[in-house]
Amino acid sequence: MSTDTHERTGSSGHSPNTEILRLSDVGKSYGNVHALRGVSLSVRQGEITCVLGDNGAGKSTLIKIIAGLHQHTEGTVEVNGEQVRFTSPRESLERGIATVYQDLALVPLMSIWRNFFLGAELRTGVGPFKHLDVKRMMQITDEELTKMGINVPDLERPVGALSGGQRQCIAIARAIYFGAKVLILDEPTAALGVKQSGVVLKYVAKARDAGLGVIFITHNPHHAYLVGNHFVILNRGHVSLDKPRQEITLDELTNEMAGGAELAALSHELSVPGETPENAAALAAPHENAR
Amino acid sequence: MSTSVSPAGTAPAVRDRDDRVKTRSFSSRLLSRPEIGSLIGALAVFALFAAVAPTFRQASSLATVAYAGSTIGIMAVAVALLMIGGEFDLSAGVVVTTTALTAATFSYQLRLNLWVGVGVSLLVALAIGAFNGWLLMRTGLPSFLITLGTFFMLQGINLGVTKLLTGGVSSSAVSDMDGWDSARAVFASTISIGGVGVRITVFWWILFVAIATWTLLRTRVGNWIFAVGGDAPSARAVGVPVKRTKIGLFMTVGFCGWFVGMHQLFSFDSIQSGGGVGQEFIYIIAAVVGGCLLTGGYGSAVGSAIGALIFGMTSLGIVYAGWDANWFKLFLGVMLLLATIVNLVVKNHAAKR
Repeated sequence: MSTDTHERTGSSGHSPNTEILRLSDVGKSYGNVHALRGVSLSVRQGEITCVLGDNGAGKSTLIKIIAGLHQHTEGTVEVNGEQVRFTSPRESLERGIATVYQDLALVPLMSIWRNFFLGAELRTGVGPFKHLDVKRMMQITDEELTKMGINVPDLERPVGALSGGQRQCIAIARAIYFGAKVLILDEPTAALGVKQSGVVLKYVAKARDAGLGVIFITHNPHHAYLVGNHFVILNRGHVSLDKPRQEITLDELTNEMAGGAELAALSHELSVPGETPENAAALAAPHENAR
Repeated sequence: MSTSVSPAGTAPAVRDRDDRVKTRSFSSRLLSRPEIGSLIGALAVFALFAAVAPTFRQASSLATVAYAGSTIGIMAVAVALLMIGGEFDLSAGVVVTTTALTAATFSYQLRLNLWVGVGVSLLVALAIGAFNGWLLMRTGLPSFLITLGTFFMLQGINLGVTKLLTGGVSSSAVSDMDGWDSARAVFASTISIGGVGVRITVFWWILFVAIATWTLLRTRVGNWIFAVGGDAPSARAVGVPVKRTKIGLFMTVGFCGWFVGMHQLFSFDSIQSGGGVGQEFIYIIAAVVGGCLLTGGYGSAVGSAIGALIFGMTSLGIVYAGWDANWFKLFLGVMLLLATIVNLVVKNHAAKR
């Protein structure tokens, strides 16, 4: 499962793109607890790799290893073919891996343009009179947001006044502008409504089209299937499914995501006389999606 | 109010976008400034006392009001920056006394030029600020607790050391020592403008507020101050040096405390070792009246100046109006509540536009 990921995606024909990030047999244990075992993953330019999994499946641990918050205890992580081991988020960032967490790292009371350039402010002037180049920062912020199709009435508006989807988009736009090559999105649609999720997904697709490698973490198979090129399902710390888009349908993905065999057993247990287990499974699947 | 971007060619699109940036009306932008509530309050207080107390309207009275405002305001501007950065400093009041006592005692005991004492007390003030900030970042305890600790420690040191060295409760007189005249000229002189004597602290105050405003709104450090107060973990995640910023803010409070301490020393010659207690709340009130949020991430330096000015107008206006000065504290409390409510209402109103 680990080494053939590469060839399979390559042979499936749609992506001659170069591989940016590669995880081979990565594992992480906290003392006796194996949070992650033998996970292999490949991220390519201009592709979206979806990582799905239930709560506690190891998604967060996986992101944290790639983002440099945790270190893996087994296996190897390679960026552009070079083996790396991140000890801080900054190192990961320097390699062009940007993580957009659920809390987005935006400061709600600050204006949009200030948030966009926070920590990487443009300055002009000399010596003690060095000051923010407000005009240029506002112009760039506006250009970048417009490029990605976000309309905000006023860049001076505090980020807290924007909708969740808009905030998500600003965080992603910021990561792209500051030279991210790999974008990790941690459940970007989890807290959003249907329409806003759509906006964010469009935006994720734009990031892909801009040539970034995207890791899209979600537990919504519908959202994943809309944009994903490759699907990896984590289950209790190991990979239970790893397939390119061509080899899987939404139903299979949903079913697999919902627990597959476990769900069948569950539906059998729950089945009421007069109803077939299949019906129960069909009922259970949308319920899983609604979360 | 909001217009969409025209899908036209690039050149006109740029102009469209620029237009779009300016679409919020002037009044709505004005109302969303943090200091607007305090400005309305200041005008109301001014109108009230100008109406009931004829002396209040004289230029010399206004100069006195400005002076009263400046001694509060110089500290309030630093406290406001700190509050925007999300922290409190309860030791801000006693640190003023500590620095004045340090300068006087150091120079007097070692028979040195007063400027040496001034320099040493500056180092002490910065060190106290740095200690507050460092301990805060190191332990992660609320700044309220840590500075409450330094507040009591400094108070004890002020009283104890002074008693030990002079046997009394005030520092020795230093007005006959070297450097008195030049230091007094810098920290406590009076400049005559059109026949009206204006204390030099008023000018220093204006300078400090101007520097603080520029720093907050137009420099990278200002951006960081808003960010660490608004959401420190997020700020850290995008590379803002949270520790350095917060420690720097505490040191700024130390610096301003030193400045006010020097002013007191060179105005009054000797310093009461029990002074400064309770002043920290006046600074915080000035900052809050001026639009600072207690939770951090929002506020302004100009607002703190207006807050201090309201304080100055009220404390002297009551006297000029011939009212019983005992009512002052009641007035202060009412002002604080009114200003915060007005700030809240105005902010919510402006945010909805």
